[in-house]
This record gives sequence, C-alpha cells and structure tokens, in this order.
Amino acid sequence: MTAAERVVITGVGLTSPNGNTLEEFRRNLLDGVSGVTAIETRFMGRVLAGVCNFDEQKYQGKKERRRGTRAGSISIYCAHEALGRSGIDLDRLNRARVGTFIGITEHGTVETENEIDVIRQYDYDTRYWSHHHNPRTVANNPAGEVTVNLGLRGPHYTIGAACAAGNAGLIQGVQMLRLGEVDVALGGGVSEAIHSFGIFASFAAENALARHDDPTQACRPFDQARNGIVVSEGGCLFVLERLKDAQRRGAPILAEVVGYAMNSDATDPVLPDPGRVAECMSLALERAGIEPQDVDVVSTHATATELGDQQEITALRQVFSDSRRTYINNTKSFIGHAMGAAGALELAGNLGSFDDGQVHGTINVTELDPRCAIRNLVLNEPKPVEQVNTILNNSFGMLGINSAVVVKRYAK
Amino acid sequence: MVDQDIRNLILDIIATVAPDADLSNVVGHVRLRDQLDLDSMDFLDIVMELRKRHKIEVPKEDYQQLATLDSCVAYLGPKFQAVTAAR
Repeated sequence: MTAAERVVITGVGLTSPNGNTLEEFRRNLLDGVSGVTAIETRFMGRVLAGVCNFDEQKYQGKKERRRGTRAGSISIYCAHEALGRSGIDLDRLNRARVGTFIGITEHGTVETENEIDVIRQYDYDTRYWSHHHNPRTVANNPAGEVTVNLGLRGPHYTIGAACAAGNAGLIQGVQMLRLGEVDVALGGGVSEAIHSFGIFASFAAENALARHDDPTQACRPFDQARNGIVVSEGGCLFVLERLKDAQRRGAPILAEVVGYAMNSDATDPVLPDPGRVAECMSLALERAGIEPQDVDVVSTHATATELGDQQEITALRQVFSDSRRTYINNTKSFIGHAMGAAGALELAGNLGSFDDGQVHGTINVTELDPRCAIRNLVLNEPKPVEQVNTILNNSFGMLGINSAVVVKRYAK
Repeated sequence: MVDQDIRNLILDIIATVAPDADLSNVVGHVRLRDQLDLDSMDFLDIVMELRKRHKIEVPKEDYQQLATLDSCVAYLGPKFQAVTAAR
C-alpha cells in the first residue's frame, strides 16, 4: 500500500465516564478507576450509568448548546480536542476537504422523550412541541452540529451501526480518505443514551440491565456474577489523515489503521453469532496482511451479558487458538457501555499501550465464568508486556452488525 | 402592570433564549435582532416562552410587533393586562 493509501491517526478527542482526555482516560484504565455511578432517570428512578463531566461551554456558547443536543455537544467537544491534539490549523486548511463521520447507536429518542414530557405538562397540546425538535432529531445531528460549530464544509453524516458504530465511523473516515473525497476525516462515535429512559427500560425488560449496590462494580464482563449492561454516554473522535499528508506536516502519528472489516450475522436481532464474529476478525486481519499471532491486544466488545460474552470468547478461540502472545482485555468494565461511542473509546483506551507497554485489565472479575476462560485474558490488573505493536478492536451491535479494526504502532 | 414590569418579563424570556447575550444595555427602539444577534428560531423561542409562561399567543402575522423592546411592550401590554385580568 502506498503512503497515499495508508491512513494514520493523528489526533484523539474524547470524553468518557472516567476521563476527558486521552491521557486521563488511559491513566484511569491502568489504575482501575471506574466511571460508573448512580443517576435518577425519568419514570425509573435510580439506575446505574456512565456519566461524562466535560465542560460543555469550553467550545460552545450557551445558546448553541440550548438549541442542540447532548450528542452534538459531546461531538463538538471531541472534535475540538482531536483537532487540537493533531496540530491541524483549520485556518490553513481547505475546510471543504474535511469530512465528519460519526457513529451512533441511536439518535432522537432523548429529544423525543423530552418533548413528550413537555407537552404532558400542557395536557398533550402539541402547540408546546419545540420547533427545535426536527434539527435536534435528524439523524445527522451530532455530525452536523460539529460542522456548524467549526465551519467544516466537507461531507458530514452519522452512521447508524448500533453498538458497532464507533468502529464504523472510523472506518468510514478511512474509506473517504482512500477515495480521495477528503483530506482530513473526523471519525468515531458518540452516545447520549443515558438521557433516555427508554434505553434503560428496554434493557431492563430484557433482564439485561446491570444492578449492583456499588456502581463501580456493576459492569463485570466475563464475571460469573455479571447481570447485565451499564448504559453510558461518551464520545471519541479520531483525526485521520493519509500518511503522506501527515508526514508532510510533521504530524504526531499515534497509530496506523492497517485493517478493518464489517459483516452481518444475518440470523437474530439480538443474539450474536460467533461464526460471523470470527469471520469479521479474520477478514480484518487478512486485509491488514497479518496473522492472528501478530496481534498483541484484542480489545473485546463484551458487554457483561451472559450469552454475548460467551459468544465473543467462542469466536476469539476460533481465531486466536494458536496465538500465544495475544492478550485480551475489556474497557466496558471501567466505563460501562457507551453505545455509539464504545468502539472508538475502547480503541482509544488501548492506544497508550504502544508507549507504556501495558495491557490494561478487565476489572470486576471476582470469579471468572468458566465458559469465558481463554488464554491471556487480562484480569483486574494491567499486564506489562515486552512491546505492543498491533491492536485489534472488536465492536458489535444489535441486528447482527459486527466490526473489527486493526491498528499498528507507526514505524517510520 | 406597568411598562417596566412588561419590559422585565420580556428581558427574562430573552435571557433564557439568548443566555450568552448582555442584556444590561438593550436599547428600546433598536431591533432586538441587530442588538442581540437573534435569528428567526430565537423569535420562535420567544413566542413559545410567552405561551408557556404567560399563556399569551402571538399569531404569525404579528411577529413583526416583537422587533424591538419598545414594540414588544406596546404590543404585549394589552395582552398581559388581559391575562392578568382573567386570573
């Protein structure tokens, strides 16, 4: 692949329940710091959730925030942070050549629930329904708010990809760079899910909503006592550039995106299919031109549902059975399931291993579910390793959507 | 209810609609759009807040009456008096 086709990550902007910068996030993953807490939500009372505390006013006026959405605000924060870290000077760039591609699990449920709550106070008189509802709920909203805020005139849209969306946004950015449609891509994912009672209620109706007296111990993938998902909000956007452009401007190169794949189970709306998941990982490795034993870290999608965790481990056994040096971890155990942001955040959380030589653990595993036992699953404490060169990041979602992204340490 | 009361109620609404705006020196006869960087969506917000807070309806053909603070007071004065009397 030529330098014009190779795509690298030159900036990361994120907000997660346990950190608002890449460094803070990484430090808390290594230190075992959870970002899960208890909140009150409409109709349901106390639920457990991952809540972000970034400063909304850092890059946004109060009026802009009032008109927009939480997902838009998260996206704007992440976009500014990512561009700032990349060292890109937008004033010296053709803003028509910057694309914004943001993965979302869902959008509009929060805003719709809010408006229904407003008109409920007026005997359901729809004259009280806000004129802001449509611009808030169009599916491109989070990406569109970024372009309005930053004056980016290239293509923008969101990618609805359930909980594979964070990877999907990154992949779309890579593809648009390779097509020559943009020179800089903002790609990743966001979620405002915790502001919708419906998401909590639906997981509860599936008996898949996590419960625990201590919120920080609620999200426990692979643990025998796990009892479901912790819903979180968050966002993570990567600045993506062609390698030759990044080299030309002397950009910081955090990683190279060397492979990716997406496929579909085509079987069940909610139950994952380990065969298709394995195929997805294998295709990503094939495109990267590497073997399973070349992968140092697999960042799992596991959400702490019994069957989902087991099915992913089954798929991992198929692909990595001969790979003795591959370590396996999970980021949701710290931050919960950040839905559309999950894939991007979980990849970002592992990038630090290129520099610090540690694989962060999977916290809250007191008693490993024997059906989730697999070689080199890093439990509770970080694992120092000789060197991390390659990371594979899994992200899957409802309706059988699978994604895997492979990134490598950039070697000049 | 005197004009100053109505003026303050309108400024309260504008403070909600345009929370970044400096309302300390709003000139009564100058268009609000020009002084406070308001757009058509902001004026729809003002109409909505009048409905929610004061049960006052402003029909579309009268939106131009909200152009300045002075015209707001003149136009909304009788409406405020009417809703106050009805309570």
